[in-house]
Parts: sequence; structure tokens; C-alpha cells
Amino acid sequence: MELLPTIWFIAIAVLWTGYLFLEGFDLGVGMLMKLFARNNTERRVLLNTIGPVWDGNEVWLLTAGGATFAAFPLWYASLFSALYLPLLLVLVALIFRAVAFEYRGKVDTDRWRAVWDWAIAAGSFVAAFGVGAALALTTTGLPLNANGDREGGPFAWFSGYAVLGGLAVVCFSLVHALAFLALKTDGDVRHRARRWFVRLLPVLLLPIAGWAVSVQLLSGEAWTIAAVAAAVVAAALAWRFGRSGLEGKAFLSLGAFLLLGSVSIFGAAFPVVLPSTISPDFNLTISNASSSDYTLGLMSIVASVGLPLVLAYQAWTYWVFRRRVSAAHIPEAHSFLPAIAAKALAPKD
Amino acid sequence: MDALEIARWQFGITTVYHFMMVPLTIGLGLVVAVIQTVWYRTGKPEYLRMTKFWGKLFLINFIMGVATGIVQEFQFGMAWSEYSRFVGDVFGAPLALEALLAFFVESTFLGLWIFGWKQLKQGVHLACLWIAVVGSVFSAYFIIVANSWMQHPVGVEMINGRPVMTDAWAVFTNNTALVAVPHTLFGALAVAGGFLLGIAWYHLWRRRHDGIDTIGADGKVIPGESRIPGRDKADYQIWIRSLRIGAAVAMISFAGTALTGDLQGKLMFDQQPMKMAAAEAACHDGTGFSVLSVGNVGSKNCDDVVAVIEVPGILSFLAEGDFTTEVRGVNSLQDQYKADYGTHLPDNPIYGERAGQEIEYVPVMEVTYWGFRMMIGFGGLAAFAALVALWLTRKGTVPASRGLMRIAVLGILAPFGANATGWIFTEMGRQPFVVAPNPDPSGIDQVFMFTAAAVSPGVSAGELLTSLVVLTSVYAVLLVVEVKLLVKYIRGGVVSAMPELAHVPVDENEDATPGPGTGKPGGSDDVLAFAY
Ligand code: HDD
Ligand code: HEM
Ligand code: HEM
Repeated sequence: MELLPTIWFIAIAVLWTGYLFLEGFDLGVGMLMKLFARNNTERRVLLNTIGPVWDGNEVWLLTAGGATFAAFPLWYASLFSALYLPLLLVLVALIFRAVAFEYRGKVDTDRWRAVWDWAIAAGSFVAAFGVGAALALTTTGLPLNANGDREGGPFAWFSGYAVLGGLAVVCFSLVHALAFLALKTDGDVRHRARRWFVRLLPVLLLPIAGWAVSVQLLSGEAWTIAAVAAAVVAAALAWRFGRSGLEGKAFLSLGAFLLLGSVSIFGAAFPVVLPSTISPDFNLTISNASSSDYTLGLMSIVASVGLPLVLAYQAWTYWVFRRRVSAAHIPEAHSFLPAIAAKALAPKD
Repeated sequence: MDALEIARWQFGITTVYHFMMVPLTIGLGLVVAVIQTVWYRTGKPEYLRMTKFWGKLFLINFIMGVATGIVQEFQFGMAWSEYSRFVGDVFGAPLALEALLAFFVESTFLGLWIFGWKQLKQGVHLACLWIAVVGSVFSAYFIIVANSWMQHPVGVEMINGRPVMTDAWAVFTNNTALVAVPHTLFGALAVAGGFLLGIAWYHLWRRRHDGIDTIGADGKVIPGESRIPGRDKADYQIWIRSLRIGAAVAMISFAGTALTGDLQGKLMFDQQPMKMAAAEAACHDGTGFSVLSVGNVGSKNCDDVVAVIEVPGILSFLAEGDFTTEVRGVNSLQDQYKADYGTHLPDNPIYGERAGQEIEYVPVMEVTYWGFRMMIGFGGLAAFAALVALWLTRKGTVPASRGLMRIAVLGILAPFGANATGWIFTEMGRQPFVVAPNPDPSGIDQVFMFTAAAVSPGVSAGELLTSLVVLTSVYAVLLVVEVKLLVKYIRGGVVSAMPELAHVPVDENEDATPGPGTGKPGGSDDVLAFAY
């Protein structure tokens, strides 16, 4: 077994898990803008919980993509080109979502806010679904030929697994966001989020469980199946903690659930990084898709310094903004001011 | 159009668009960080106001850089999978390091800066901005290392037909990158300089137009007060200082681009002589530098090109630092390229329909010739305008002329134009290669890739066309939104970034705006007002 490619397989699994953990709740909060928040003040409470951190969370996706390019260029090339149209949708979703966070409050009309609220909610949904579908397909396979290129046209990737994976990440993000809101807000939002969390958790974790189980059926091993079992325990704990109002513990247990789930999924897929549904001979594996040991060694050195550093300062950010947000903290919207000022300054002729 | 052409259009459009936001992010970020540092040191309220106003515009623009950057990161795999397979071993590393070492830093610390006005101590809050700005400089470094490797492949060995990294030091200290990075950073500062200059001019003009500032008998300005929030005497200070800072930055950065650009020219002559010849539409060996050429510059038959104003010696100087070396022309270079890299594309399925076609080694000369001149021209124009602006405002304010104000505002676009044309020249001048071979002595032999081989073989022209149309339309819509918001906040002046100015009566002796962490009344909501 090759040591460095294995390390990098693990590193990429860690990056994806980090992404799902962190952006999971902010994608979920984005969807809840439409599903949960009842008025503009509540929407601003929701936005404030993720405002300082969502961009940092999104970089986990970029790093996962970049690291895949550097460590397994053939995996990156095949996966991204085979999923051309779904990834295009993800890109458009992420573009609108990012812009919406910044621009939503910049014009004070209900219509303007409604447009960007939809951009946040729909953008979060599409991004979560698309990423989920792509991740599921990289564990269950795509119709790739000997060169690693997709056969069968623009929609050849479509399968039940794509839908399952998409739903898995969407639903996980929603529960995760409810747990996060219960932890980060106060007042009515907090209590409602906790109630929803307890009520919806069993349903919302079903699709991700379905994905984990399908991968076990395709290529599971004893220890990865054990990980699935442990994940179920973690989910049960999260539910219990949620019911007893231990919001911090509920959130962490859900994190443990994600970690164990992703160990079970990536563990079962290993050492194949992208199976071909045409022939196992065309499978991309950690040995035939990876970069040279020299490149991987260099990347290992940098990552072993860089990643802990990232974790440290991102953790510090959460510490700085640890105070719960509630409707009482939300000031009047100010965006009318530039409008007034602009009018006052507007040319008189 | 076939898949290759669509993919090229898409890459060009999305990257040039991304690079409309990028230089403003880098340049304005640096400027705001310096201004906030001055505020931290002196505590003068005008500097806080400047920080907030320019910071707000910085953020409106920053987000578009983020949104369009994500597309860049994915695009190599989606549309250029053969390219990604070929270069992955050496090219992926700087891209991954950019995300790991630069984007994380930028996004996290900028989040802290935006939302941390109250939670963080003043010094820590300022440090967060500096860290984010340094992050953006690192991001520029890493991405340019990647790009420079395509211009000048180093530090690799060909193994099984693919370049494999053997010397990371060589890749990360590629001389092409070491001069392109400062060049691009100066280019970014030029954008920020023009931006400050144009907007400050507008506001000074408005103050005169509205009768707030008047001109005394000695021709010097007399700053006045208005009862509209934020339009007090301090407001005058903000704009005149911003104008001077902007003008200085624009001039210094032009000098910087010229010095580094000259170094780039020398490397280019060594590494990509064809690009240099095409930049000059120089067909015959020993052609002089022409300020203006007429005739059909694009025709491959160079006899049509007649230099109207030709300056002998300059081209040699750009290339070699002396006035006598003969710079080789397109004609003889073409023969050399044909001998070295073949006359026809190989009969390999990787080239799709283009397999076996004749290779055109001369880049589109209209683009390289005019691209080069427009880059220098727009940059020089901005620097000249800055000089004139300093002269015109020596008595403390701008002339009352509306036309001049419009020119100053329009001038904001010039450095953007220089950046865009610079990249278009660099990238199109490299064609038909995506990884350009460097003839001895500077390069490694046989490390190159034709653009025709780089596009994703499994992706159909229909898919590419879909994404081209979708991305271009989304970008067009967002450009309108961004510009509208920028205009709105620019016209609103400082109050639009500091609504608290409108709540608390402002007089000259009292700093009405609580600093970070002071928790004075009136400050409870300013954080959110700044963030959203
Ligand atoms: C404000 C922007 C700006 C200004 C005023 C200039 N440039 Fe520039 N130039 C760029 C913005 C730029 C750029 C967008 O940043 C490029 C594209 C790629 C790069 O590294 O820088 C570039 C590329 C570029 C190249 C190509 C390098 C290559 O192909 O590898 C050369 C030779 C020069 N420049 C030379 C100059 C000279 C001699 C200038 C002034 C006298 C000059 N540039 C002004
Ligand atoms: C941000 C500044 C950049 C701009 C404005 C820019 C511009 C362009 C343009 C206009 C093209 C189309 C050229 C043509 O098709 O003839 C192009 C192509 C390309 N560029 Fe750049 N580029 C930039 C930076 C980069 C960087 C940093 C990289 C790599 C890291 C890169 C990689 C490529 C690739 C892969 C292509 C496609 C192949 C080709 O058509 O040449 N570019 N770029
Ligand atoms: C074609 C190659 C390029 C790729 C793949 C690329 C990738 C990206 C990505 C993914 C982002 C978003 C980061 C985020 O979400 O925070 C971004 C933004 C940015 N890029 Fe580019 N970029 C390219 C060209 C360039 C160039 C040439 C420069 C500098 C000279 C540059 C400097 C920046 C800066 C300063 C930002 C601002 C926003 C931010 O970093 O978060 N990029 N780029």
C-alpha cells in the first residue's frame, strides 16, 4: 500500500467532512431563511449567526477541490468534467448565495430583500444538493471510459445515488442548522429550533443513512459497518441531548454522527477514489490517480502546518462571536440612510 | 464554434471578469489597512470615517471577487480535464496552497474585521484587516506561480509523457512569477489609486456645487458646513485627503508597473520570443519599436504593416537592455517553431477533430499588438491624470467644472482597462500553447502542451455553450447590481457607511463615533450597519 496517497485520501476525506460539518449548518441556515424564519427580524437573526463565518466555511470546499487537484489530478479531472452540468448549477447557486449575503441589506425595500432571501434559500438548497450528489457519485461510480472521460452524454451521471446523495446533504444540513440555531440564538428562535430539531431529526437523517448503507452494500468491510452502527448511536445521543435541552452536546453529537458516517463511506470506498460503472478496469484508485510522491510529500509538509493553523484561527473566530444572537439585538435596518443621503446629494438639475 | 473555442471564450470571459474585482480587492484592501492604521495611531475621527467609507466599498466589491473566484477553481477540472491531467502534478500544488494558506486567512480574518468592530480590541481588530490583506497578496503570489509555470515551465522532468515536479523551489521561485507578482500588485494599486481619486473628486465637486465649500479671495478653498448629516468640515478633509492619497498611489504604482514590466519584457524575449515579436507585430528580424503601426496588423503577411512612428533601439532595449541587439521577427521564429514542434498537430485522438491540422504559431497579432499598447496606454493615462489632478487641486479643492468631474469619474476605468488588456495580451500571446515551450537556454526541453489538447474530451460543445451562456448572463446581471450599489453608496457619502453620524450630533471637538470596544451609547448598532 502506498503511504502518501493513502494519507492524502484521508486528508481529502477530512476536508470534505470539515466542509460538510461547517458549511453544513450555514447551508441549512440559508434554507431555513424561507422554511423557518417568520419575519424579517428572525431572518436577520439567522443571518447574524453565520455572517462572520460562512465565507471561511466555504473555503473548505475550495480547499477540498484544490487538494484533490494537487493530490489526485486524475480524480479531479474525471469527476469535475463528468459532472459538468450539475457542478455548473452548484457554481451558480454559490455565486448567488454569496452575493445575496452581502447585498440583501443594501436596499431597503421588501421586494429587494425577498429576491435575495430566495437567492440565499434556493442557492443553499441547490449547492447542498449538488455537492451531495457529486460526493455520492464519487463513492458509487460514474460511466467512465479508459481515459477517465464520461461516456453517454451530458446526463449519463444521473442515477438514484445522485438523488440519494443530494437529499442526504440537504437533509443533514437542515438538522445541523437547527442544532446550530438552538446553540447560537436566544429567545423564541432558540426554542423553536430545538423543538424542530427533536421532531425532525429521525426523518432528516434517513437519506444520509441510506447513502452510508448503500456504500456498505457495494464495498463495505466489517470496520466500516461498525462505523455505521456507531453513527446511529451518535444520532440517538444527539436526539436525547436535544430533548433535554443540552444544545452544545446535541450539536457535538451530530458532528460525531457526521464524522462516523463519513468514515464509513470513505472507508468503504477506499482504495478506489472514483469507480467506473463501465468496467472495474477503468476505476480510478489512489495508486493510478495520484500525483508523484514528491508532490504529495511537499503538500504533506505544508498541510501539516497549515491545517492545524486554520483550525486554530477558525476556532478562535467562533470564540470571538460566541454570544447568542436574539431578536432583541437586531437594530433597525439602516439601509434607508444611503437612500436619503443619496437623495439629499442628488444633482438638483 | 467547437468545444475548444467555446471553452476558451468561457475561460477568457470568466477570468477577465474575476480580474475586474481582484485588483480592486487587493489595492483598496491595502489602502484601507493603511488608513485604519493611521486612525489607530492618531485617533483622528476623519480617518475612522475614511476607513468605514472605503471599507464599505471594498466589501461590496470583495464579495464579487469571492463569487467569481469559485468558478475559477472548478473550471480547470470541468472544462480543461486533459490539461488538469497533464499538469496536475505540478500545477495543482500552488492552487491547493492558495486555498489553504491564503483564502482561509482572507475570508476568516475579513469576517472578524467586518463583524468585530466591538468584540475585538482596536489593535486586534486592525491586525485582522492586515492579516486579511496579506492573505490577498499571498493569494496573488500562488495563483501567479501557477500561471507563470504555464508561461515558463520549470522544476519538472517528463516521466511517461507528463511533467512531474522534481524541484518545488524552482517552481515557487520561477523568475517569471517573481516579476509578474510585483507587476500585478502595482497594477492592483493603480486601480485603487484611480478609484480614490475619481470618487473623492466627485465629492469635492459636489460640495462646491452645493455651495458648502467656497473659494476665498486668494483662490484657496474655504471648507463649510451643511446641516445634512455627515457633510461637515471634517467631511471636506476626508475627500481632499483621499484625493491626494489616490493620486500619489496612482503615480507610484504606474512607475512600479513600468519598472517591473520592463523586467517582464526581458524575460519574455528569452522565454517566449514569439510573444514578444507578436507584441510588436515585428515580422522581420531587427524591426524597431513602433508607437503606431498602420496596415493590416493581423495579416500574417507582414509586408502590409507599416510603422508610422518607429523608434529604433527601443525594442532591443526592452528585450535585452541594449540598443543594438536584433530582435527576431515573426517570420524567422515561425520557421524555428515549425522545426522544433512540428508543422501539424499529431494524429492523436486527444486533439479531436483538430488532429493532423496545420499549426498556427503566430498569435492573433491585432490582440497582442494592441493589447500591449492599451495596457501601457491606460496605465500611463491614469498616472498622467493623477499628476494633473494634483496640480488642479493645489489650492485645496477641485474646479467647479462638471465636465472635469465626469472625466475624473470616468478615469476610474482606465487602470481596470490596463489590467484586463495586460492579461489578454499575456494569455493570448501564449497561443497556440497552453503550456508554452521555452526554447533554450531558459527552459526545459519538450515540456509543452497545445491548447487544442487541453479541453475536456468527454464534455460536449452543448454543455460548454450552456455554461458560457449561463455564466455570462449571470455575470452581466451581477455587474449591473454591483455597479448600482457602488454608485448608491458612493453618492451617499460617508453617512452611508456610518449611519451613526446621522443619530448623534457631530461637532468638531467631539468624536461622535465611538471607537471599537468603547461601548459608548450610539455605538450599539454600528457593527451591523457596517456589515449589512
Ligand atoms: C495597471 C495595470 C498595468 C500597467 C500600468 C502595466 N501593466 Fe503590464 N501587465 C499588467 C498590468 C499592467 C497585468 C494585468 O498585471 C499583467 C498581465 C499578467 C501579468 O503578470 O501582469 C501584465 C503583463 C505584462 C507583460 C507580459 C508578461 C508576460 O507575458 O509574461 C509585459 C511585458 C508587461 N506587462 C509590461 C508592461 C510595461 C512595460 C508597462 C509600463 C510601461 C506595463 N506593463 C504597465
Ligand atoms: C486573472 C487574470 C487572468 C486573465 C485576465 C486571463 C485571461 C485569459 C484569457 C483572455 C484567455 C483566453 C486566451 C485565448 O483563448 O486565446 C485565457 C486562457 C487561459 N488561461 Fe488565463 N488569465 C488569467 C490568469 C490565469 C491564471 C492565473 C491561470 C492559471 C492558473 C490561467 C490559465 C489559463 C488557461 C488554462 C487558459 C485556457 C487555455 C487558453 O485558451 O489559453 N490564466 N486566460
Ligand atoms: C485563473 C486562476 C484563478 C483561480 C483558480 C482563482 C481562484 C479564486 C477563488 C476560488 C477565489 C474565491 C476565494 C474565496 O471564496 O474566498 C478567488 C478570489 C480572489 N482571487 Fe482569484 N483566482 C484566479 C486568478 C487570480 C489572480 C491572477 C489573482 C491575483 C493577482 C487572484 C487573487 C484573488 C483575490 C485577491 C481574491 C479576492 C477574494 C478572495 O480571495 O477571497 N485570483 N480566486
